[in-house]
Amino acid sequence: MTQDTEKQEFNITVYTENQIGLLNRIAIIFTRRKINIDSLNTSPSEIESIHRFNIVINESEDVVRKLTRQIEKQVEVLKCYYHTNEDVIWQEMALYKVSTDVIAEKVSVERLLRENGARVVVLRKDYTVFETTGHREETDNLISILQPYGLIEFVRSARVAIIKDSDGFNRKLREFERLEPGEDVIENEYLNQGQKVFTM
Amino acid sequence: MEAIQEVLTETKAADAIVEVSGSVALLEALIVEGVDTIFGYPGGAIMPIYDALFDYNDKLNHILVRHEQGGIHAGQGYARTSGKVGVVFATSGPGATNLVTGLADAQIDSTPLVCITGQVFAHLLGTDAFQETDVINITTPVTKWNYQVTDANEIPEVIAKAFYIAKSGRPGPVLIDITKNAQIQLFNYKGYTPCNHIRSYRPKPIVRPQYIQEAAALINEAKKPFILFGQGVILGSAEQEFKAFVEKSGIPAAWTVLGAGAIPTDHPLNVGMLGMHGNYGPNVLTNECDVLIAIGMRFDDRVTGRLDKYAKQAKVIHLDIDPAEIDKNVKSTVPVWGDCKETLPLLTALVEAKQHTEWLAKFNEYTRQEVEQVIEPELNPTSAEMTMGEVIKQLNEITKGEAVIVTDVGQHQMVACRYAKLNKTRSNVTSGGLGTMGFALPAAIGAKFGAQDRTVVAIIGDGGFQMTCQELGTIMQCGIDVKIIILNNRFLGMVRQWQELFNSRRYSFVDIQSPDFVALAAAYRIPGKCIDDRKDLPSALNEMLSNKGSFLLEVMVTKENNVFPMVPQGCSVSEIRLK
Repeated sequence: MTQDTEKQEFNITVYTENQIGLLNRIAIIFTRRKINIDSLNTSPSEIESIHRFNIVINESEDVVRKLTRQIEKQVEVLKCYYHTNEDVIWQEMALYKVSTDVIAEKVSVERLLRENGARVVVLRKDYTVFETTGHREETDNLISILQPYGLIEFVRSARVAIIKDSDGFNRKLREFERLEPGEDVIENEYLNQGQKVFTM
Repeated sequence: MEAIQEVLTETKAADAIVEVSGSVALLEALIVEGVDTIFGYPGGAIMPIYDALFDYNDKLNHILVRHEQGGIHAGQGYARTSGKVGVVFATSGPGATNLVTGLADAQIDSTPLVCITGQVFAHLLGTDAFQETDVINITTPVTKWNYQVTDANEIPEVIAKAFYIAKSGRPGPVLIDITKNAQIQLFNYKGYTPCNHIRSYRPKPIVRPQYIQEAAALINEAKKPFILFGQGVILGSAEQEFKAFVEKSGIPAAWTVLGAGAIPTDHPLNVGMLGMHGNYGPNVLTNECDVLIAIGMRFDDRVTGRLDKYAKQAKVIHLDIDPAEIDKNVKSTVPVWGDCKETLPLLTALVEAKQHTEWLAKFNEYTRQEVEQVIEPELNPTSAEMTMGEVIKQLNEITKGEAVIVTDVGQHQMVACRYAKLNKTRSNVTSGGLGTMGFALPAAIGAKFGAQDRTVVAIIGDGGFQMTCQELGTIMQCGIDVKIIILNNRFLGMVRQWQELFNSRRYSFVDIQSPDFVALAAAYRIPGKCIDDRKDLPSALNEMLSNKGSFLLEVMVTKENNVFPMVPQGCSVSEIRLK
């Protein structure tokens, strides 16, 4: 019982239709309870009309279980799962912008980046952009190392996670889409057509 | 005007193309869905729809309200008594935002509604145009589903989805925001097909027999079983199935405020009301039963009191259509997820026919105590001034339990729900989960439209009446017959009671002054009467009920009376107070 009420990091995976406004519907389920969303990623799944959300929060399992049910209640949500960090494989990407002079001069920096598995994305005369992919601790570590060498800008992406025990997911999703194809999203086509309409 | 549907069926053979505007498509959709009454208020952004509505006078009855909040509460009242989906029209901007209270009320009380709001032209969205508000984002938390239509082609499918979502599974309010260009735009209309399936939405599951078997086994072994039932029985139209279950199993059953009337008040196994102001027996014996069977109720905090001291000794069987409600507040031993209209007969078949005479006698013993200490003084007072309870008692004697009782919010609501005699289902219309003051007057209008052959009596407090009294104008204009009783105690009674019991009688801003209600009604050409003497009560009630048309009866009741029993906030149901 105490384990149920202890807070830990949970990865919530939501499969939804690709509808406008659904992001808000899901987000308010957390904000309503004043729960901070540590990370939120939303992108198309392997199927065009089905979207996948990855949400990371720090809460107890009891609360997360209830949240999952509330999320599934939404009309355009297909399914919602929750897992601890042990049950998923996850990555976060980070980009670092450093002055090229620093990299050119300080050999140790170059070795440092090699050791941390950073790749060069762009190499310009005045700046270089590196990229790393990994866990939070690794990216945090690299920031603190690069800081004294003049880190110009840094950005971290949201977390994407794959569930370890997800055998058959892709097959089920494709079958689901095949049996009943999703509908196209209708967006506002009129935003730039004001001059054609008489308004009152 | 010939219905477009008929034109279509005629021309289908000729394979002709019918071009209609978005507004006409909307109205045609409403007709196919069986809508006959719309509560609404026009405005700039919804004008094309109202223009189309002008030609549908014979098919769609539009009631012009005086405030959009009145419109949506009327839609709720209509849905509650008729079982159909209530339809509300409002314009953009302030019209739409005035609906929010009603949407929140419908959402928490699971009332099926479809609200159509006008919106500015699609190319003006996001420009702070005149009467433009972000309705979709404002109403997202308080609707089951909402959608903004920017192109007329979307309308038939979206309306079909809206009605399906509103009335299926656990019902709820749906809001469709239609931009003005979509209302005006002409498109190829291919007819309207109601929706009965959405791939991502599962309103009710296939029932798993093993859970029914586990539940039946528990019930058959139980020595002190107890049934708690709520609005789910009424929403699922499962009153017959429920009655059969109760009678076969012989289990005493108690109701939540919204479940009142699902079985008749006088039924021998109906042991009373649950909750903060419920009856003595049901509250105390919740913590003594061994099997608790919850049907169509969600263990609201007003019903449970302290959750850590609620029915901890009992095995809980929870029958509900909404899986998110099961295990939300109270941990269940056997969750029976499903539509109770389907699950109850399956359960009835497996339970043994029994009588729990000794256990039922315990309820009766508590009832006896409650009658002596609380009910008798309330219904037959010896004081000079009238009590709210005696008005309800007198009303029962005249209506004989056949009327629809619509209540507002507060002390009078608790008194009316406790003491009103209800013989039939869909007789109790009140704002339960949200407790919206001002609900009763417009809801009574809608309730009467939803149940034209029944007497509708609205019981309202002096505070709540003043919140939506402008709807007297609606009554005046549409000529609907609604009986209004104002129980005037010159206070915001419920808050005053709490201030008396918990804040050492520091009456902070609860003494409310009211106008001359009878004169106000007369200004709206509604007859009325005010009484403050007990001996005038029967004749005044008779005059009200026999009047052809609406009537307002103001009854001056005692100023500082408290509603008991009461489970104070934060206390367990066992700690219910009789005084």
